Amino acid sequence: MWTTKTFLTKTKRGNILKIVREHYLRDDLLCGSSACNICPHKDEEYVLDSKPDSVCALFDYPHYLLLDTNVVLHQIDVLEEDALKNVIMLQTVLEEVKHQNTAIFQRILEVINNKKRKFYSFVNEHHKDTYVERNPGEKQNDRNDRAIRKAASWYALHLSVNNVAGQFPQIVLLTDDENNRKIAQEEGIVCCSVKDYIENVNGFVGLIDKLSKNVIPETCSKDALYPAHFTPTQIHTGIRNGKLYQGTFHASRDNFLEGTVSVNRFEKPILLQGHIGINRAVDGDLVAIEVFPEEEWRKPSDIVLEDKADDPGDLLEEESALLSSAKPLDSSKDEITPTGKVVGIIRRKWRQYCGILMPSKFPGATRHLFTPAEKRIPRVRIETRQSDVLASQRILVALDSWPRNSRYPLGHFVRALGPIGDKDAENEVILLEHDVPHARFSEAVLACLPPNDWTIPEEEIKKRVDLRSICICSVDPPGCTDIDDALHARPIDGVTADGLKKYEVGVHIADVTYFVRPNTALDKEAASRSTTVYLVDRRIDMVPDLLSSNLCSLRGGEERLAFSCVWEIDENANVLSTKFHKSVIKSAAAMTYEEAQITIDNSSRKDEIARSLRTLNALAKKLKQKRLDNGALLLASPEIRFQVDSETHDPVEVQAKKIMDTNSMVEEFMLLANVSVAEKLAEEFPQCALLRRHPSPPPANFTTFLKATRQQGFEIDVSTNKSFSKSLDEAVLPGRPFFNTMLRIMATRCMQQAVYFSSGTLSHPDYYHYGLACPIYTHFTSPIRRYADVIVHRLLAACIGEDVTHASLLDTKQADSICDNLNYRHRQAQYAGRASVALNTHILFKNRIEIESAVVLSVKRNALQVLIPKYGLEGPLYLPSDKFTYNEEEHYQICSDVTLKTFDELTVRLTLDSTNLQHRKLVFQLVKPHVPGFSYVPEDSGMEVESVASAEEVKETPIKKRKETKQSKPKKKSKNQ
Amino acid sequence: MPGPDLLSSQGLRLDGRRPNELRRIRCKLGVFTQPDGSAYLEQGNTKVLAAVYGPHQASKSKSTTEGVVVNCQYSMATFSTGERKNRPRGDRKSQEMSLHLRQALTAAIKTELYPRSQIDIYVEVLQADGGAYCAGVNAASLALIDAGIPLRAYACACSASMAWRNGEPEPLLDVGHVEEAAGGVVLTVASLPNTGSIALLEMSHRLHMDYFKVVLSRAMQGCRDIEIILDKAVRDHLAEGWTKQDVVTI
Ligand SMILES: [Zn+2]
Repeated sequence: MWTTKTFLTKTKRGNILKIVREHYLRDDLLCGSSACNICPHKDEEYVLDSKPDSVCALFDYPHYLLLDTNVVLHQIDVLEEDALKNVIMLQTVLEEVKHQNTAIFQRILEVINNKKRKFYSFVNEHHKDTYVERNPGEKQNDRNDRAIRKAASWYALHLSVNNVAGQFPQIVLLTDDENNRKIAQEEGIVCCSVKDYIENVNGFVGLIDKLSKNVIPETCSKDALYPAHFTPTQIHTGIRNGKLYQGTFHASRDNFLEGTVSVNRFEKPILLQGHIGINRAVDGDLVAIEVFPEEEWRKPSDIVLEDKADDPGDLLEEESALLSSAKPLDSSKDEITPTGKVVGIIRRKWRQYCGILMPSKFPGATRHLFTPAEKRIPRVRIETRQSDVLASQRILVALDSWPRNSRYPLGHFVRALGPIGDKDAENEVILLEHDVPHARFSEAVLACLPPNDWTIPEEEIKKRVDLRSICICSVDPPGCTDIDDALHARPIDGVTADGLKKYEVGVHIADVTYFVRPNTALDKEAASRSTTVYLVDRRIDMVPDLLSSNLCSLRGGEERLAFSCVWEIDENANVLSTKFHKSVIKSAAAMTYEEAQITIDNSSRKDEIARSLRTLNALAKKLKQKRLDNGALLLASPEIRFQVDSETHDPVEVQAKKIMDTNSMVEEFMLLANVSVAEKLAEEFPQCALLRRHPSPPPANFTTFLKATRQQGFEIDVSTNKSFSKSLDEAVLPGRPFFNTMLRIMATRCMQQAVYFSSGTLSHPDYYHYGLACPIYTHFTSPIRRYADVIVHRLLAACIGEDVTHASLLDTKQADSICDNLNYRHRQAQYAGRASVALNTHILFKNRIEIESAVVLSVKRNALQVLIPKYGLEGPLYLPSDKFTYNEEEHYQICSDVTLKTFDELTVRLTLDSTNLQHRKLVFQLVKPHVPGFSYVPEDSGMEVESVASAEEVKETPIKKRKETKQSKPKKKSKNQ
Repeated sequence: MPGPDLLSSQGLRLDGRRPNELRRIRCKLGVFTQPDGSAYLEQGNTKVLAAVYGPHQASKSKSTTEGVVVNCQYSMATFSTGERKNRPRGDRKSQEMSLHLRQALTAAIKTELYPRSQIDIYVEVLQADGGAYCAGVNAASLALIDAGIPLRAYACACSASMAWRNGEPEPLLDVGHVEEAAGGVVLTVASLPNTGSIALLEMSHRLHMDYFKVVLSRAMQGCRDIEIILDKAVRDHLAEGWTKQDVVTI
């Protein structure tokens, strides 16, 4: 059957356009029910049971559920539970869901694809008996409701054909739309609201908690606390005629009643203040805002404001404190920021949030408050009957709505992650909050793996260059089980034209793409994860353990497949030739940096490994010098290692990472390999090579940095990376060895992020890598833990004819979307790693107090940002405004004869403040220079203030207990300087 | 999986067709009396008219002794697309289409039978909804038959595209405008299904070699399906013609 759909749409230019689409109606679509006697189903096409068990007390006969769109959109958490089975999903519903919320659409697809759930998706829109045409003047929504009801009655009739009455399943329509329910009842369709249905489901504890709260329409003004949001049409017109602006709302970290929205037209972000100004926007939402006239503009308040500890009920408290501080005291222009208010929400960007429950003070209450771990998210009101159990847990909560009459958004409990303070639960929080995919690998993924006892097949060895006889070794950090790279170097015969000695140097990278074939489940999973995530005590692998720690890992003494990059290099480290090939290697030794360093330094060792390492080391130094001469920057970031207790996995000590010659030796050859590969790829695939670039930082990034260095008496030239590098080298203060490192740490923070990109999306000069000062760069050397390298391996294999290309590899658009995901995941992985370091630092400092030397990173209005080089820790050292005066122009703080400015070295006392379980933080107190009445005075000087002493006693006690229980690991004493 | 969602998880296309189904084709021969042969053809919402004049004596400049000169003109009506555009005759795109038409039809016509003469074929697109070229070739084939010009075989044209279903590649037959606009590759084939030969092959984007074969074979299948439809239309027309001819052409 053939029909057309006609509808009107607007073109970009605003013309009205009539669009006619073909729409075919079919008679070969199946109903999916085993109770059906009509449709020609094949066995595997039966999805719905012929006699489904009823779980709901309201309907004690066999029935199928048919869901309305609003049910899927609002109750997806309930649907994801195993309780409801034998459900019919109409195409009408799926399309509406897809249109309104793609995330939920993906989730419902997953439910449908789960065979055990028995969800049947019925293509009612193309079925000749269930298609309904839109009546003239009928709203799309009403038409869809009608289509849903039509499908419901069709199913009831269809199943009754040739069936004995009472022997076939009935249809129950679940909908939260009262109007739809009323009409359905009139038409003789059995229907029910989700709430009624779920509340009568037996045998699934906690299902009710997952019910999303019913949405109160925006127009309802009963007990309203907040002004109503504009309708989409109002927003649309407002934006078009320039009265409103749209942008993403960013809540402030420090002040819960403040946030900003960046809008193109204004240079500064628009400031939003107070409950009414923010009007229920949540961090990340796309909002419409109105900007106030200029005389009402304010400056951002510089106070820290946290929501009250207890539940104030549905009241908005006085905002006078906030507002008075925000009013400009003087009319200094640069402090004042455009100010406005949120008038509507264009799109919510809500996700699920981790946090803890704050049980209501009233026993037996079901309404509680939930505090998210992310400070920028407001508290959420949820309903649960399990508050006793959940109070001690980290839990996950989804937001449902934020009606006008509720102080807090409403949400529902999704699941518990584990006890607060428990290591696994805390790690889970870190992973969820950073969107790190960390579920166990699915069966489909594991099915792509070779058997555990896999060995290299003979015919594979024949295809490859056999390097098993060459002395290759790997050098990695201690405890590394995913060894991606190995190296070798040996002298070769002959000399160059200039009479220089020649060497053959090879970098051998694990051949991951031999195992991870394109478009397999394994490949897709790896692509989605993009990177291995390293937490302090846990590694979330990109590919399953069998590959990452065994078959791909280039372990010592074992035969492994590799992708080799082999150069001829003269003794001045000039590359004479480069070749790439797949190979088989047998690593002679898997060493740590330290072992390799010892081998090199031990002059009595004359074996092949030692000679090879010495050659590599000598060449690496020359390579490095060349790089530096080109203008490469030597940057620094404080990196630390935790020593972890083998039983409890708690950190017991922390130290800065040691950097040895051998670190840099491996790094140089990896850089060389990456550059060589990048050049080859860009030449061969100008449209789709995956490369990595590092944009040069905009000059504005350096303003504060330059001010600070000037105060120390250095003029840093940041015009090019070469001049920058040179002036960094020259900025040395005798007697302060750490100063230069500090400078480099600070310089690192002025940089842009390096990003992956597809060569087809940018022009050649933009390929430049600023930090490495090389025109082209990519990642080739860590395919076990980075997906970018996997793609690069595939491209390179295609270049040299060792593997076939496949369609998605060569598509610029797809390469671009892969890059987006890579960049996102890498950033998140980095943040997750940092969060894990912070978590472990907190655990470490739970039981200790230390006095350490520190350096000032920056000077703020009410605090100094300080760094403890020993631990790589940084945090604010608050300065009271009654003692210190802040100089805004020059960025320093002054108190009588003490001046504190950036790069100054201090002594501070470190303790952990655990009063807030969610946000435990390290407290820094000034020890030296001494400011009377402010600085902390160490005990042994006998000037201890009593109250501090008692506080310390409380904190000291756990240490003693610890010492008794764990004799084996002696504690390091606090150092006093 | 990459690529736009052209196939639902149930395996239906946006308009409700399965991947191997043609759009609805309706056609009629002999719709005009003035030309020597004419036909009207609908392929879904794409509607075209074709008219054939000749063979007649060729103008001196074009005339060859080797065979008949096939002259094609492809044009689109102002009202053929959603946004009305004034389309000058003989713009670049139409010229290219004219050449493509000529290539396909010359392959079908027994050109050697008429030296020093010329056949003029006009194809006018009344409504464009994807695959106008294919519809044009199919309509012209019918018009040539209506004009009584000897053909080696039916010239049929059909397009095919690529989609993904559950991660597996699945070629789509007879691509409509919506699918075309989604940005996938469109492979257009004009062939003489009877002989299995390909008269014209054109592709809109790059397609990886791995998939070329399946897409091509699906397009060829489409050509064969179209041939059956055209053949039936011709037979119906002739059966009708014997009885009604005198009544119709007054
Ligand atoms: Zn049926």
